[in-house]
Amino acid sequence: MSKVSLTVNGKEITADVEDRTLLVHFLRDVADLTATNVGCETTSCGACTVLLDGESVKSCTVLAAQADGRQVTTLEGLASENGEMSAVQKAFHENHGLQCGFCTPGFVMAITSLLKENPSPTEAEVRAGLEGNICRCTGYHNIVQAALAAASSTSTASSTSAAEAGK
Amino acid sequence: MIPPSFTYRRASSVDEALDLAAELGEDAKFLAGGHSLLPLMKLRFAAPEYLIDLGRITELSYVRDEGTYVAIGALTRHHDVNTSALLAAEIPLLAHAAGQVGDPQIRHRGTIGGSVAHADAASDLPAVLLALDATFVIRGGSGTRSVPAAEFFKGIFETALEPGELLTEIQVPKPASPNAWSFQKFTKRAIDWAIVGVAVQSDKVALVNMGHTPLRASAVEAALASGASVADAAEHAAEGTGAGSDIHASAAFREHLARVLVRRALEESRSRG
Amino acid sequence: MSILGTRVIRTEDPRLLTAGGVYVDDLREPELDGAARVTFVRSTVAHARITGIDTSEALAQPGVVAVLTVADMTDFPPPPPPTPIDPDAPPVEGPMPLGGPWSEPLLAVDKVRFVGEPVAMVLTDNRYQGEDAAELVSVDYEPLPAVVTFDDALAGQTLLFDGTDTNVSQRRDGAFDDSAFDGCDVVVEGDIVNQRVACLPMEGRAIAASWKDGKLTVWASTQNAQLSRLILTAIGLPPDAIRVVAPDVGGGFGAKIGVDREAILVAWAAKHTGRAVRWVESRSENLTAMTQGRAQRHHIKIGGTADGRIQAYRLDIVQDTGAYARMSGFLPSLTVLMAPGVYDIPSVQAGYKVVMTNATPIAAYRGAGRPEAAATIERAVDWFAAAAGLDPAVVRKVNYIKNEQFPFVTKTGAPYDTGDYEGALDKVLAAAGYEELRAEQRRRREAGEVKQIGIGLASYSEITAPDPAAGETAKVEVHDDGTATVYTGSSAHGQGHHTAYAMLVQAELGIPMDKIEVIHGDTDLIPVGVGTYGSRSLQLGGTAVHKAAIEVKEEAAAKAAQLFEASASDVQLDTEAGLWHIAGDPDKSLTWAQVAGAAEGGLIVANVHFTQERPTFPFGTQLSLAEVDTETGKVTLLRHVTADDAGTILNPILFEGQRHGGIAQGAAQALCEEILYDADGNPLTSSLADYGAITAAELPSFELVTSETPTDLNPLGAKGIGEAGTIGATPAVHNAVIDAVAHLGVRHIDMPMTPERVWTAIQEAKKASAK
Repeated sequence: MSKVSLTVNGKEITADVEDRTLLVHFLRDVADLTATNVGCETTSCGACTVLLDGESVKSCTVLAAQADGRQVTTLEGLASENGEMSAVQKAFHENHGLQCGFCTPGFVMAITSLLKENPSPTEAEVRAGLEGNICRCTGYHNIVQAALAAASSTSTASSTSAAEAGK
Repeated sequence: MIPPSFTYRRASSVDEALDLAAELGEDAKFLAGGHSLLPLMKLRFAAPEYLIDLGRITELSYVRDEGTYVAIGALTRHHDVNTSALLAAEIPLLAHAAGQVGDPQIRHRGTIGGSVAHADAASDLPAVLLALDATFVIRGGSGTRSVPAAEFFKGIFETALEPGELLTEIQVPKPASPNAWSFQKFTKRAIDWAIVGVAVQSDKVALVNMGHTPLRASAVEAALASGASVADAAEHAAEGTGAGSDIHASAAFREHLARVLVRRALEESRSRG
Repeated sequence: MSILGTRVIRTEDPRLLTAGGVYVDDLREPELDGAARVTFVRSTVAHARITGIDTSEALAQPGVVAVLTVADMTDFPPPPPPTPIDPDAPPVEGPMPLGGPWSEPLLAVDKVRFVGEPVAMVLTDNRYQGEDAAELVSVDYEPLPAVVTFDDALAGQTLLFDGTDTNVSQRRDGAFDDSAFDGCDVVVEGDIVNQRVACLPMEGRAIAASWKDGKLTVWASTQNAQLSRLILTAIGLPPDAIRVVAPDVGGGFGAKIGVDREAILVAWAAKHTGRAVRWVESRSENLTAMTQGRAQRHHIKIGGTADGRIQAYRLDIVQDTGAYARMSGFLPSLTVLMAPGVYDIPSVQAGYKVVMTNATPIAAYRGAGRPEAAATIERAVDWFAAAAGLDPAVVRKVNYIKNEQFPFVTKTGAPYDTGDYEGALDKVLAAAGYEELRAEQRRRREAGEVKQIGIGLASYSEITAPDPAAGETAKVEVHDDGTATVYTGSSAHGQGHHTAYAMLVQAELGIPMDKIEVIHGDTDLIPVGVGTYGSRSLQLGGTAVHKAAIEVKEEAAAKAAQLFEASASDVQLDTEAGLWHIAGDPDKSLTWAQVAGAAEGGLIVANVHFTQERPTFPFGTQLSLAEVDTETGKVTLLRHVTADDAGTILNPILFEGQRHGGIAQGAAQALCEEILYDADGNPLTSSLADYGAITAAELPSFELVTSETPTDLNPLGAKGIGEAGTIGATPAVHNAVIDAVAHLGVRHIDMPMTPERVWTAIQEAKKASAK
């Protein structure tokens, strides 16, 4: 057992967990933040994507212990304090970028990170940037549209800073 | 799927990592980004008793201009290699290839040193570093030694690293014509490992996934050296290789791909350089 | 203006986007406090006798609550006596857990028949302990030869089931008469494999169960709670002692129709141990033990005149149903029904054999039997066109069922309702720039370029709401606070029913959508319901909601008339404002709250169980533009243009979303997805690292063209759209890739069209033409 302390969505959470505890299980079972889903065990599907120190990572392939002392942002931490959705969340809603919703947190986090690194991506760059996320419902069409819409919306900058503020 | 139990130890310096490795012996494994080892553990193909986490050894994360070569700390992440302005200018092949590893999330965690030490013949960077004549700096209990890439990869997941030794730095000589490069990664899907990959820097050619280790396409290089045309030289791409068959491709198809991709890579590198 | 037909963004989304859905693993219900985690011990061999199971080491592990095997199942009701399956009997839905000559046990009894079959279950305090302990359950196997391929199964040298003399569990022999091909100028014959694929919902199967005070509550990731409840009665409880709740469900695609044997076991374990339990499968379990789709081999013969008129078509199907006959003959019977597709073919003959193999059971997957029909007839038409030297678009037009022929009953008995096949084709050809694409193709061919393009067409018709007599239920309530509640027997898992059904109620009653709650998937609240599969929900469930809203309106009108002291015929509902008026007196009005408040119990309510006379038949044409690197065989999809006509469109956003998802899955089957086994029946694609699920990086954006031909079978004019995209996309992409290399002499490439397969086909064609 190890003591692991994370700042999740701006809140510090400390717990004694088994050394082998995966970050995704720390988030789900210890922090009780269940938006982050497990979709595979081979780092393939991206459903578990969260931001670690502001960058997208697959939380099923990070030990909680590796993230000790760091900042984690999950889907639950993206909206502003008054509940306003981030630009990416809004764009998913407006562009029907989700259906069953299971892969959605991973996509939203992956795109949030992608847009931070490349604020005005082309469609090809969005598609290439989502190679590590699998969605089975949307055919990706509207997810890509949502990413492009979020990029072109003026509020991208503020949503990114909201995500950072949440850390 | 969950990894089997292990004891987690964290090293904050190279010295501490080496001390821990010496103390814990063969039941311990180094953990860098974890994107090779943790998936194997989750599938229970690997069950080390101890993991020594190198993730906090910030002294090993850098890309530095050393005049004739660029020095890259072993714990530099793919993302940082990919976005390094120094590498983009001096060794664009490496910067580009690092951006082809896995996916963005994986590149935010995976490290160049982890990729080299894991030595998967299907992974991109070992072959790229082979084409670039990189040198690997290794530290162990008895000091520091340097191993050229050509002597580092020994067999399936097997390297010149001895137990308890740590890869600390990758030294990549600056190519005379940095723009004379090409990286051809042939996959079914973007996310897949290369079915075959080809890295070219000028007349140096290396192959991904054409044998138990990353390989130099020596027959191609020899043909080029003796004045063969690109097309003729590329016909030798599969010579001396040992491609396997799996669900993604047969050995014969891999050999064919190697010939096509080597030709394309040489054409592209010449058109760039 | 009515809200119907407008682009309304989903009401479901804000919660899913800010807090995430609540899937089975996310449930924090008090009944599930301290629930034990179930981990299944699964067969590691494809075919073997079990000679011993040793649970002692596992039992000694920390956190282990119980290790259960078939020997513990003494409190199960005895299985009904085996009854032979009538090959022509109507299909059984959901798993057949007990009985029948090809019976599927719950836990393996004496034999295992596929890798992944449940052998034992381990209950632990947490999931980590479960994986550790399950590894320590020791099962002794005496291996038997594995039946892996269609031919292995047909040969019958190794039989899967004792007491049978064949692996052919069901068959329907067509009355074959080869004279139908007499007089055909052009006849083409060949084999087409529709490969086994994974359904792959992003949330795998998941069940939680709690047993308390004689009542079993089960939370199931399912497409229909009510059918799940019926299946769960197998543990020996009457339906009213079971409550099934479907929380958020992370995709289904047919594989979550009802629940599987694991769910029955999990429910039983809760009752057996008295402790709440939860099971959430891993992806490797999902890729080996959730039912899979397709797995048919076709032999076809198609013939017609030199000017392109198809005279006769014959289809022989072998359906690999895997180790247990879940849907058995049902899937190929749908393939037979839809065999002739959109064509008026004078002679159509089709039959099937269902074979057992040592592979994961096959059941419904997006389209379920119909994609296989469309994939093959659309390939066959291209074969025929190529052999006749005709443009495939022209051959399609010549042979379509014409608009004036509807309603039209095909030679296989499918009663097509409405259609405009040529209209859909023309729209797609125009949108794609068909002639320009052909010109570019000619240019590349003449220039001998390495990268060639192919244009693939696929026209399809498909059956939706294939069980219209089962219908669907709806209850609509308006409360005295002016809000409404809709209870539906449909079971949304991503389709957007909550938005769609609220739109229907708003349109009829003028109550704004944000005051309408839609509830589904709880057998205590909705004891009678059918669920979501077969593209049935809007036309059956939506119509039920629509009709219930009308009944509510009629009752409310009577109530409003009383309050106005007017005659009911003078009372009007302003559906824009949601206010009741008397004709000619706009100043006097009543709100819904006032009207409902005056009703008995402050509630106006209507229940409807809508059944439809016949299924509906959406149709369309898809055009795919593929680029093939002829040196490497690598395929790049450049464009995909479709007209998918499913009658009147309620909400274009939802409609397009269904098409997008369907197209991607259809293209995935054509290009990259396949479940593979080695010669011993070991799965080779049991993780997402090996199973090539398609991603955004392999697909273009899709170009959707509108075609809207209402059905007259329901008042909404709606047909189903859930599966159409998939059904059209697979053959469109398939034909496009082959078209790209047809000039090199390639006639066919089986799916998935991997680089190696495409390259090999080119090499073989070159060799053949050199001879």
